[in-house]
Formats: sequence, C-alpha cells, structure tokens
Amino acid sequence: MTNPPIFDEMWGNDSALRAPYSGIKDWLDAETPARLRAKSREAEELFRLTGITFNVYGRAEAEERLIPFDIVPRVIAAREWQRLSRGIEQRVRAINAFLHDIYHRQEIVRAGRIPLEMISRNEAFLPEMIGVTPPGGVYTHIVGIDLVRTDDDQFYVLEDNARTPSGVSYMLENRETMLQMFPELFARNRVQPVQTYPANLRRSLAACAPQTNGAPTVAVLTPGIYNSAYFEHAFLADEMGVELVEGHDLRVVDGRVAMRTTEGYKPIDVLYRRVDDAFLDPLNFNPESTLGVPGIMDVYRAGGITIANAPGTGIADDKAIYSYMPEIVEFYTGERPLLQNVPTWRCQDAEALAYVLDNLSELVVKEVHGSGGYGMLIGPAASRKELAAFRDKLKARPGNYIAQPTLSLSTVPIFTRAGLAPRHVDLRPFVLVSPGNVHITPGGLTRVALKKGSLVVNSSQGGGTKDTWVLED
Amino acid sequence: MLGKTANGLFWMYRYLERAENTARLIETGQRIALTRSGAGDGEWRSILQTAGVAEGYDEGHGSLTKDQAIDWMLRSADNPSSVLSALAAARQNARMVRTALTHDVWEATNGTWMWAREALSRKVAERDLPKVLHRVRERSALVRGATDGTMLRNDIYDFLRLGTFLERADSTARILDVKYYVLLPSVAAVGSSIDNVQWETILLSVSARGGFRMEYGSNFTPRDIAQFLILDRRMPRSLCFCVRKIRDNLDYLGSSYGSQPASLAKAHDLQAYLDRDIEAIFDGGLHEFIQKVLGRLGELGRQIEIDYRFYE
Repeated sequence: MTNPPIFDEMWGNDSALRAPYSGIKDWLDAETPARLRAKSREAEELFRLTGITFNVYGRAEAEERLIPFDIVPRVIAAREWQRLSRGIEQRVRAINAFLHDIYHRQEIVRAGRIPLEMISRNEAFLPEMIGVTPPGGVYTHIVGIDLVRTDDDQFYVLEDNARTPSGVSYMLENRETMLQMFPELFARNRVQPVQTYPANLRRSLAACAPQTNGAPTVAVLTPGIYNSAYFEHAFLADEMGVELVEGHDLRVVDGRVAMRTTEGYKPIDVLYRRVDDAFLDPLNFNPESTLGVPGIMDVYRAGGITIANAPGTGIADDKAIYSYMPEIVEFYTGERPLLQNVPTWRCQDAEALAYVLDNLSELVVKEVHGSGGYGMLIGPAASRKELAAFRDKLKARPGNYIAQPTLSLSTVPIFTRAGLAPRHVDLRPFVLVSPGNVHITPGGLTRVALKKGSLVVNSSQGGGTKDTWVLED
Repeated sequence: MLGKTANGLFWMYRYLERAENTARLIETGQRIALTRSGAGDGEWRSILQTAGVAEGYDEGHGSLTKDQAIDWMLRSADNPSSVLSALAAARQNARMVRTALTHDVWEATNGTWMWAREALSRKVAERDLPKVLHRVRERSALVRGATDGTMLRNDIYDFLRLGTFLERADSTARILDVKYYVLLPSVAAVGSSIDNVQWETILLSVSARGGFRMEYGSNFTPRDIAQFLILDRRMPRSLCFCVRKIRDNLDYLGSSYGSQPASLAKAHDLQAYLDRDIEAIFDGGLHEFIQKVLGRLGELGRQIEIDYRFYE
C-alpha cells in the first residue's frame, strides 16, 4: 500500500507557499536561527515562571512538567475558518439535541437510527439524568471538537469532547507568550483575538444559571492542586474572577449548594466542574469520592444549581457513539453533516471485527472510553509483539474498541535544533453553548507531535502545542 | 473569600516569614562560629532551639555538628521548617490561592521556589553559604515588595499580614525564650554590659544590630535589649509591633465583615498584656512572661482559624 502524500499547511503538497503563511515566511526569513533559539528558551522560562505546567501522575520527582511550546504559529485563513465553524456549530447543536433526546423520549432509538444497547449498556449513560432538563436546556456548556486535516480542503472530526475538555489555558497562554515575544508579528499580521475567552465563558455560564435574583454566582470546581490540569482550573477561575473551590469547600445548605467563605456559607448558582461524573456526588455516585459534594445531584434535579457540563454528557463523546455522529447530525438538524467523521469500524460487529483483525497493522485502534492517547494502538508503528497482544485484547472484549484508518495528518513546521521541520498536528477549537447561542473562539489549541513522523499529539505522550492563528478576512 | 483561601494565604506568608527567619538564624550561627575563637559547635544547639527544630534534629542525628545543623536548617526535607521546606510549602499554598494573588506576587514566589529547588538540591559548601543565605533574604524582600506594591488592601491582604506577623511574633518570642537567661540580672549586674557574643546573637537573629545602635547607642544592657525586642513600637520585629499589626488587621477584617469575632477580643487582650514597662516584666519573671506570650499567640492563631472558617 502506498502512503498518500502528506499535506503541509505551509507548503501544501507541491512546495508552493500557501497564502496564509506568507507573513510567517517573511518573518522566518528575517530571523536568525540563533535568535529563534534564544526566543525558544525565553518562552520556556516564561512558562515556568508563570507556572503553566501539568502534573504527571505517579511521578513524585518530576511532579510538574511543561508542555513543550513551539514558536512557529499555525495559520488558518478566514475562509477556511468560516467553513469549519459552521460545521462545528452544527455538530454542537446536534450533540445537545441528542443528549436531551437520550435522557427524555429517545426518539433516535425509536426511529431505529441508533441501537438501544448503545445507550442502555453504555457506561457513560447516567440513569440519574433521565427526565432531567438542565437549566436553559444546555447540556454541553463547553465543548472541544478535535479536528485533523488531510488535505487542502479535507478536515475530519477525530473526536468530540463533551465532558470537560481541557487545554484552553494553553491556547490563551500560547497567544500571550507570542504577543510578548514577537509583538512585531502581530503588528504585521491581522490575527483574530482569543483573549476574550474567559469573559465569554463567564457570560455564557451565567446565562445558563437557574432563575436567580441578581448576578449569578459562578465557581470552578477542581479536584485539587495534585490534579494534572490544576493550573488550568486556577487560571480560568482567576481570569473569570470567580472562586476556585474543592469538594470540601462545598456543602448543601438549605437546598442550595454553598461554599464555605470567611463569612459563612454562600450559595452557588453555576458550578463549572472539572471533576468527573463518578466523583461528583458520593451519595449518588461513587461513595468513596472525596472530590465532590454529597447531595449535589438532588439539588441539581430540583433545579437549584447549574452544573457545567451537565452530568451524563459523556454518552455523547463516547467513541462508539462517535461512529453514529453523521446519523445524529442528520436526525436532529435535518441537514447533511458539514464536518466529516473518520470512517470507523465498531469492533462489536462481528464483520467489522474480522476486518480489523485482518488489517490491524494499517489501522488505529482506540478504547471506546479511553482518552489522552492511552490504551491506543497505531498499527503502522506497532511491533509484531504489540500487534499480537492487541489482537488478543480485541478478541477478548471487542465491544471495548473501535478502529479507524491511519490518517495522514497534515504537518506544520516546527523550530528544531536542525532548523524548521514538518510535524503532524491536530486542532481543538473551543465552543461555548448557552441558551440559543453557540460561540466558537477563533482558532483553538494546536497540538503537535514533536517526534519526526509521530502521529501522537497528546501532551501526556510527549506532544507539544503551538499558537493558532485565524487571520482576519 | 473562601475559608480555604484565607487559610492558604495565612500559611503562605507564615512559611515565607519562616524561611527568612531560619536563614537569618543560620547566618547568625555562622557568624558566631567565625568570629569567636574556640567556640565549638555548642552555639548551634541554641540556634536549633531558637528555630524550634532541635528536637527533630536530635531524632535523626547522633551528634551535633555545625555542618549537619546547617544542612538540617537549610535544606532537609525531613525538617518542615528548613528554608527549602518552608519555601516549598509557601509555594504550595500560593498555588492553592493563586486566584487571590497578583501575577507579580505569584511569579516572585514561584521564582523563589524555582531558585531554591535548584540551589539547595545539593549540600551547600561553606564558601557558598553567605551567597545562598543572602539570596534567601533577597528573594523574601522581592515577594514582600511585590505584595506591598501590587496587592489590594482588602481581606486578602489582612489574612496574609496576619500570617506574617503571627509567625514573626512567634519567632521573636522564641529567640527571647531560648536566650532569656542571658538577659537575666543574675548573669550580669543590672546596668552592666553583657557578653558581646550573646547580645550579638540576639540582635543579629532579628536583623536589628544597626537599629539598636541607632536608638540605644553602643552600651548593650540586658534591659535595653529586652525593651527593644519586646516593647519597642518602632522595631518591626518586636513583640509589641507584631501584636499591634495583628490587632490592626483583625480590626480591618472585623469592620469589613461587620463582625466582632473572638479572635479580635483575644488580640486586644494580648496587646493590653504587653502594655507594661520592662521593669515590671523583669519583676514578674522574663521567662514566665515570654511563655505566656507564646501561649497566647498560639491561642490567637487557633481562634483566627475558627472565626474565619479555615477548615470548617
């Protein structure tokens, strides 16, 4: 099998500079490698001092690590972005309609578009949410849609993050760092701003509050300083100007969820939680959890608080449900999906499983509930031993896996010791949903595989990030 | 503000103050060792006691040597009050309350920890010690300056000031407690000069040798030194000064929250208790007096935790 050509976002398929990158090329031509190296070090120093780090589990020594930052921006033209954002909005609206339906009448199941067991036997389905409508009818207040590109005009959705998508703080800090280090770049290129995200987030969350008198109180719930994304939790609370709370700061008081302040308990209207469903309420879910708030689900069901994202949204970003997304979009919007799914084999089907087993060395296999790039097989990069081990896993629990063709992801140049070199990237745009409103921040987080030829962009697996520009029209 | 945040601010600044105090005590010990011929490692025992870390040291060490004492105070991970542990704890608390801090304060604190983690990762050679200790004081001054110059004067500031001054009062009281016998009339006839090294230790450990000379001249009497460290209202590390600051900050909190909690009454009581002249303190027993103050400071700290819901 011959590999399709790899599309480079700067140089295209035929080494002709693509228009959005002309400003970047002028800049790179004018810089010396020595100065760029110095700037790279400066960027790292800035990140360390600001404490933009993530924690690595199970490593006491290197407790906090930096996500490597590459100084060459990734550029998206205004027109490309308009097309993408229409597709994203359509998809996010469909996801919210799907969630409402799944927890109410389940029309999509009745219509035979999704088999019942995909819902009823799904770990991410929360029976506690049946019949519950969240305030404002919004399920996914914050969504991250992971996109990859394979060609000049071909984008695919790799996955939908409808639980608690992370990474937005890197999007913001990457821009902040670039603005500090290369102000002249922004004077010459007209880049759409991203800095309004925290203010938009706060406005969007407040718009989803239950009925209140006066301005709603918003808070961010974090599992605590040892969580891998703690920096982001603190960052967002700080930028929004709201409290950053942990489970032990909260308690149900007089039918409201309230936080312990120096002046007593104060009720919260909207809780942006960065804690998984299972840990949210030890009375209703995992009784061992010390991260959540006993009784919060009862307050929630009574309409006393908004939880963002709503409990049970995980059913929409499950990788098996993902394969039904084209049907889901059509079913709820009555339109053709504007964004394409990656062709997906559900290993639950005997036929699909047989195909996957036969073609394992050419496929990417993922766990249905996995994330962070863990528990995943990249066929073309796997050793014979790894393939054999995965084959056994597939046979033992086929329903736990999906498989996709190995896409030839687009590349963008990064700055390496040996100069510029192309590396594979993906893109996670961030979407805010409030009643009747979908807001997409122009750009998003570009993750880049730093190793030559690697397709794994996850930060937990050695990936880095880039500033992502959407140019003004 | 969250009770947890008040707690984090309070402890962040207690630990910052502690790191600085410990560094100053090491400098004091080092100076005595270098300037007093024939001084064995004996002075290090009282330095360890002053820092409140002697017991922990004895648990992990067979004998007392200068090198080990310095290492214990400077960088031991087993000593929660070592400079390195205190800076790590300050930074950990700062991470927890990051939303309450300005970027300047966070970066100064984080930068201090980044420096300390690197500089104190290995045993510090004696020739590098002055530079390292100087850097600790310099970094403390940077955090203090960022705090003073960029933080709003609101309840956040009140809680961090409470941490600073409770820790500082505690430290000064402990220095007096360990060294009180030097100041007793029985050691030197009332009014006469005391042993140079002893007064030097005391004044150096509160960074007040110059200040003392300016105010009292160069005749070091026990009475004057005790007066300076306990009652002087101009000296930023005296018990009176620290307690007045604690009371002030509790007053501010009380008026901004519109409450009169028990800690405020306790601070007023403590201030009244300190309102006496030095002769009366000596008459009643210096040691007993210091013990009483230490006990009341501890009580006050616990009451603040309760009043402002640090834990529940």
